[in-house]
Amino acid sequence: MNVVLIFLAAIGAVIVWWLAGQRLMSKPWLETGIALPETDRQEPPSAPAVKIGLFVFLAVVGAIFSLSISAYFMRMAAGDWWATPVPRLLWANTVVLLLSSGALEWARREARHDRMDRLQLALAAAFALALLFLIGQIQAWRELVSAGYVLADNPANSFFYMLTGLHGLHILGGLAVLGRTTVRVFATDVPRDSLRLSVDLSAIYSHFMLAVWLLLFVLFAGWANDFVDLCRQLIS
Amino acid sequence: MVEIPSGSADAVPTAEVEDVELYHPKSWWTKYVFSQDAKIIAVQYSVTAISIGLVALVLSWLMRLQLAFPGYFAFIDANHYYQFITMHGMIMVIYLLTALFLGGFGNYLIPLMLGARDMVFPYANMLSYWIYLLAVLILVAGFFVPGGPTGAGWTLYPPQAVLSGTPGGSDWGILLMLFSLIVFIIGFTMGGLNYVVTVLQGRARGMTLMRMPLTVWGIFTATVMALLAFPALFVACVMMLFDRLLGTSFFMPAIVEMGEQLQHGGGSPILFQHLFWFFGHPEVYIVALPAFGIVSDLISTHARKNIFGYRMMVWAIVVIGALSFIVWAHHMYVSGMNPAFGFFFATTTLIIAVPTAIKVYNWVLTLWRGDIHLTLPMLFALAFIVTFVNGGLTGLFLGNVVVDVPLSDTLFVVAHFHMVMGVAPILVIFGAIYHWYPKVTGRMLDDVLGHIHFWITFLGTYAIFFPMHYLGLLGMPRRYHELGDTVFVPPSANTLNVFITVMALVVGAAQIVFLFNLVWSLFKGREAGGNPWRATTLEWQTPQTPPAHGNWGKDLPVVYRWAYDYSVPGAAEDFIPQTQPASGGATREVVA
Repeated sequence: MNVVLIFLAAIGAVIVWWLAGQRLMSKPWLETGIALPETDRQEPPSAPAVKIGLFVFLAVVGAIFSLSISAYFMRMAAGDWWATPVPRLLWANTVVLLLSSGALEWARREARHDRMDRLQLALAAAFALALLFLIGQIQAWRELVSAGYVLADNPANSFFYMLTGLHGLHILGGLAVLGRTTVRVFATDVPRDSLRLSVDLSAIYSHFMLAVWLLLFVLFAGWANDFVDLCRQLIS
Repeated sequence: MVEIPSGSADAVPTAEVEDVELYHPKSWWTKYVFSQDAKIIAVQYSVTAISIGLVALVLSWLMRLQLAFPGYFAFIDANHYYQFITMHGMIMVIYLLTALFLGGFGNYLIPLMLGARDMVFPYANMLSYWIYLLAVLILVAGFFVPGGPTGAGWTLYPPQAVLSGTPGGSDWGILLMLFSLIVFIIGFTMGGLNYVVTVLQGRARGMTLMRMPLTVWGIFTATVMALLAFPALFVACVMMLFDRLLGTSFFMPAIVEMGEQLQHGGGSPILFQHLFWFFGHPEVYIVALPAFGIVSDLISTHARKNIFGYRMMVWAIVVIGALSFIVWAHHMYVSGMNPAFGFFFATTTLIIAVPTAIKVYNWVLTLWRGDIHLTLPMLFALAFIVTFVNGGLTGLFLGNVVVDVPLSDTLFVVAHFHMVMGVAPILVIFGAIYHWYPKVTGRMLDDVLGHIHFWITFLGTYAIFFPMHYLGLLGMPRRYHELGDTVFVPPSANTLNVFITVMALVVGAAQIVFLFNLVWSLFKGREAGGNPWRATTLEWQTPQTPPAHGNWGKDLPVVYRWAYDYSVPGAAEDFIPQTQPASGGATREVVA
């Protein structure tokens, strides 16, 4: 459960940092009126609610994946584990997902500058690339199955299919939202502000899922084990 | 005595918070059924949760009948008994308590107490309820499928949960349970995002975090915890579904079933336990923290006194929330673990008692020299304190490995957790319903019926669970369908068992009085007016009662003070609403 505890510690640090700015030491029973220091000053408008909502949601998704990864390490300790080979295709998929995320970052920049033509192109590219990633993942599954690495044979296989599946589902959900945003960009009557926000949110989500994928890839490739072993040696 | 100059900030413009565009329902269906109004969603959540809770209540009756009169009720065979246990536990913990506190009270109170018009994502909020209802229906479907619901115990430990020896293990039962939990978690996440973001973004002008009523603090912290803890259950359920349906071996060790070697091998049941309890222990506090918050507000309002140590109460809620994530393995002492881990988890378990005890002291000190009105909400709050202290103290026993190991499989544990996370939160729920029903419906609940309900429920549940500790100390095991002739259980213990069962029937029946009261008062109850308890918090200051769509009429409220200005010396009345500017009652005594 170390992984999830580290994840929670990170979340906890964010919460503590946020709470530290909330005047938890104040004595509300002594303060009447509205001229409180923090409401008095004209703060720049904070992030829109959807954005905060997205970050909270990403924390939940992060919890799901860090728990799965915790389970992965704990299950790995049992004797019947042998690593699943990583199909070459995963490298290509990783590049595709990277490009997709990059395209969204580009879209974000174009949206900021109100260049609609390029924004359309960037979003369409991001969408197509993410779709390509999913197709690539399914192809990787098929390669593994045809090579005899089926789901129930070995816990490493089981985890591989489950985690890639879970990740794929999240990408699919992101694609649904991204598709909607892309359609909206091609429509003419959508207010720019809301469009910019949508692109922004899609980009954040996509970067997060990319980060999750990179972690999973490291895990499947076995580098994580080397890292853990190294840490163990350093401690002992 | 500290002089507070009356602020010059009386004439502040309203609505620094952007007024949100509300969705305005156009038909009866979108107004009352597929409603996006948090208040309607709250009522939907509450009615669904209480309805399914009644099913769980009847199941507990059936279990108690079997325990007291084994053999008399032929239809309660061992399989059914385990199914009843499982469904009773799961329904009560998740589908009743979690849903009612967060989905019910959270939805109703967060926007109103913070001065918001609604939740920030009303559409997701609506989906959250319908997905919750779907989860409940899937769960209930378990009763009607071949093999019946799962009988794996509410903890669903593998490998037994998915084997044919357990009711529902090789049929539909366990599948429906796992699907239902997954659906519940998805629905809850939608609601939970709403509660958190509404607290972060939807507060009225002047409502700083440290001016929020403790109810909101409790629900907010519990929601954050739930968002982080439910994923553990989610992952556990998905992995168990894989094991059951696709033949993987996440949790399943090599096993021989009915003389046949199963294809599983090498899986770790302990891994499931870690995941389950990583969710399971925070879950206790997910239920307890809203109860803590609500009870603080009930006590302060009905004792006409500011809450003692507000800051400490807030900190304690946050600290309890954080600590509850590192105590989970105290549920697994009997599974065996490295003694160093056992020591660690015993220590954290005892440490968590410190902030909890601070809260109890603060409640008692709030009562001290207060102007205590023994209204029904207050009676339930007092009953909660007594019950919670009792259940909490036995928790200190069980937190120690050496005490837990012999007691773990006895009724002592059943008595402990029923008192601390069964009866105690339920008492708060009752108190809260008596407290807020006038706001929800505009009418008071009947007092006489309420007193009948209170005394039978409070004394009755004590009569059920207090003696059960004694049975546990005798060594009477839990989870047993029938004891048979057992040397160490004297006949008097069986008499006590019968007594407990009779009390369980009585307490259950008393809830009919409560339900009748809920329905009867809806039509015939005394008109409540806008603020029958003369309370300070925002939900009592709405222009209409029950609050209309959008809650606040034209202008959003502005908050000038904290939530606990009761009996302020020099003030005209014994309460000052949060919306009242500082000009009146400028000089105040400071109780620090």
